Amino acid sequence: MRGAFIRTLTRLAKNDQRIFLLTGDLGYMALEPFAEEFPERFINVGVAEQNMVGAATGLAEAGLIPFCYSIVTFASLRPYEFIRNGPILHQFPVRIIGVGGGVEYGHNGATHYGLEDVAVMRAQPGITLVAPADHTQTVTALEKTYDLPGPIYYRLGKDDRITVPGLDGLFELGRCQTIREGKDLLILAMGSIAYEAATAIDALKKDGINCSLAIVASLNPAPTADLVDLLSRFRRVMTVEAHYENGGLGSLVSETVAEFDLRCKLTRCAIKSTPDGLTGSQQYLYEKHGLSAQRLAAQARDLLCEVLV
Amino acid sequence: MVNHLQAGLSVPLQNISCTTGGTTAQQPISGAKLRRIVIEQSKRAGVGHIGSSLSVADIIACLYGGIMKIATPDDPDRDRFVLSKGHAALALYAAFHLRGWISAEELNTFCGDGSRLGVHPEHLLPGVDFCTGSLGQGLSFGIGAAFAGRFQNSARRSFVLLSDAECNEGSVWEAIMFAAHHKLANLVAILDLNGQQAFGYTKDVINLAPMAQRWQSFGWDVHTVDGHNLEQISAVVNSLDTKNGAPHVLIAHTTFGKGVSFMESQIKWHYSPLNDSEYKQAMHELEGQA
Repeated sequence: MRGAFIRTLTRLAKNDQRIFLLTGDLGYMALEPFAEEFPERFINVGVAEQNMVGAATGLAEAGLIPFCYSIVTFASLRPYEFIRNGPILHQFPVRIIGVGGGVEYGHNGATHYGLEDVAVMRAQPGITLVAPADHTQTVTALEKTYDLPGPIYYRLGKDDRITVPGLDGLFELGRCQTIREGKDLLILAMGSIAYEAATAIDALKKDGINCSLAIVASLNPAPTADLVDLLSRFRRVMTVEAHYENGGLGSLVSETVAEFDLRCKLTRCAIKSTPDGLTGSQQYLYEKHGLSAQRLAAQARDLLCEVLV
Repeated sequence: MVNHLQAGLSVPLQNISCTTGGTTAQQPISGAKLRRIVIEQSKRAGVGHIGSSLSVADIIACLYGGIMKIATPDDPDRDRFVLSKGHAALALYAAFHLRGWISAEELNTFCGDGSRLGVHPEHLLPGVDFCTGSLGQGLSFGIGAAFAGRFQNSARRSFVLLSDAECNEGSVWEAIMFAAHHKLANLVAILDLNGQQAFGYTKDVINLAPMAQRWQSFGWDVHTVDGHNLEQISAVVNSLDTKNGAPHVLIAHTTFGKGVSFMESQIKWHYSPLNDSEYKQAMHELEGQA
């Protein structure tokens, strides 16, 4: 998604002189296309994320559209109060780009995992929150939202190879995208882990279990109408996210179920414990936290076996 | 004393606060008049942060009395201002009132329910370019504003008023490094060096001395001024090259609670409101000042 993001931003910046790209000294071998084409609109602020967001606030006050780039934790958590008091309180069009949602930075260890960014951003009513599932959706999401008024947080994956089959770049703010239809179970997925969910669904299909899969990339505004429609049609629902259990997609769906008096059993597949100090690849960590395709399929089977009254 | 011709001025120094460099002459603002508003409104609302507002009263009077070019609060090419020490907002509201931007009626809503005038400034109020109140954020806002001004080929400048204790925040130094690296000559920081913070004197909490040398070593153009001498502040600001070179900082030596004898340099007046007799004495003292 990182490559798709920078290619799209560079293309948009050709026609929109307001676009600036700021980085907290990250994005080596990724941001060069923009930096080389628009050196006067590219600023490496150094390892100083608070100042990056503060400076972006000043740029945006003057009518510019600054994008602030870093790894998820450094982009969202380190400067969180600056994001709150700057772009959000002023409703300035600053864009925060967090790369590597979930455990994508596997071997780099816990400091590099993005596990609570959606929770803290979703707590703020005044920021649009977009978490695309693959590079095709990243392109559309960026094109459709980059010049919205007010701030935006984009949670991106760094992988540009994985494509979620059937997504084909679909994105609409405040909507979700249903890319598989099946009547036994509904799976709702956020971010690049949607690929694992799609793979799990393919495996379940071989056993005669038919699942629906909807991608939730617009977290704020939430796709409330779509969620209510989908959740009303299923007794069993699973949410899948590479994020802590509280505050992310599982919480959004729980809130919707409660607020609209819906009747479904929900399994929240997410990361449920603080990293224990043992690192490994993303795939190793997915397996460990029950988020690999195989373990998601197993949880789906468990949910289908539950007797619901 | 800076020669007014060297400083690029077209009028003698004693009249400096009467010109904005634009088409409309800005009347000077009296520091004592501004202080009286601070005392009146603090008493009426029963709130503190009085000492901090009095500390910056002359700096604010100077900036809004002619130094900054702000024809109207919504002019896109106005100089930008960040009150990074947001807790001195009452001094800012007093200046806005004296500029005619807020009415006496609205001034009297200070700290009332539904008022645009809180203890810390909100950008909903015309004239407030940036919300502040969380220390350590304003200089970053100001450097962004300065960078944007330069990018947009505007002659506008970006002014940031910081407190000395605010320099405890690491983020201030992130912004200091950035401004120097990018040679933001159109950025003017003014540091209110009153030597006090909420719990005590800065020398006892986190020693910041030598402040001027610290900024200088980070690559800034440093000027030390008497923060209560309007003429000196005006002369220095008007002498700055805001097109080329390093960003500028005025290390303004000030007295916390300046102008009210029993408040001067007293920690208590960071938070305390005034009782009736203190109010009477404060107003009596200020009425005797020009």
